[in-house]
Amino acid sequence: MPRVIVDVMPKPEILDPQGKAVHGALPRLGFNAVTDVRQGKRFELEVDSADEATLAEVHQLAETLLSNPVIEDYSVRVDA
Amino acid sequence: MKIGVVTFPGSLDDVDAQRAVRIAGGEPVALWHGDHDLKGVDAVVLPGGFSYGDYLRCGAIARFAPVMTEVVAAAHGGMPVLGICNGFQILCESHLLPGALIRNDHRTFICRDQVLQVENTSTAWTSDYAEGQQITVPLKNGEGGFVADAATLDRIEGEGQVVFRYVDVNPNGSLRDIAGITNERGNVVGLMPHPEHAVEDLTGPGTDGLGLFTSALTSLLARS
Repeated sequence: MPRVIVDVMPKPEILDPQGKAVHGALPRLGFNAVTDVRQGKRFELEVDSADEATLAEVHQLAETLLSNPVIEDYSVRVDA
Repeated sequence: MKIGVVTFPGSLDDVDAQRAVRIAGGEPVALWHGDHDLKGVDAVVLPGGFSYGDYLRCGAIARFAPVMTEVVAAAHGGMPVLGICNGFQILCESHLLPGALIRNDHRTFICRDQVLQVENTSTAWTSDYAEGQQITVPLKNGEGGFVADAATLDRIEGEGQVVFRYVDVNPNGSLRDIAGITNERGNVVGLMPHPEHAVEDLTGPGTDGLGLFTSALTSLLARS
């Protein structure tokens, strides 16, 4: 059964306190190469078929429920 | 005058909101998230708490509760609607109010008695206050940072839609110290602090919060 992935990320200009907290913990663990962290969400949607109509529906639900367009961007892709 | 208070799974302050309505002189009516019925109320309060466990985003799932279809329609028709804390988040997710609430910039939950300045006294929920009046009500949130893009912020400032602003301390990173806003019509108001916890001297920092509930009753009486 095909799987559609929806990634939701805070918009670049929106403060991401969770990402900042993760980033702040890295040096304490000895990881010093990372200069910034942004934390988002990944949704895996099982669908009967990843046809055009289904993907259009996924875009719609990503925009209305999975993300809040005021503060987040989303992307949709079919899992290979 | 009947003021409905919606209980969602995870609401915490619905009973306090009902009590505030009663102390203000109104008749509180319990509304259930799963009902398609506002039971003939004249106004609605969406209370604080963690509806649907704050899953996905605060207020994101509550927005699609059956009762919200009725609340959104009534709000568009001019019914006074107040969202407190989680209720404010629900109103933003429902697009009844602009902007969104994100996690506090200092990443910790905050609970304090907060001074607010009342900046708009022409809404259905603030007419009993004086413009510029400072009130103290409890604030308790983890995701209370009000954000919107610069154009939206300029627009709501220009239209007088900022109703409450934090004084002395910005407790959660809210842009331009915004604590509460209204829609263009002035019937829908949302704020992060909890006026329903400041309606009796015995159990709060004072009675400064009562004015929101008496204002709604005043505006309803003026209309009838």
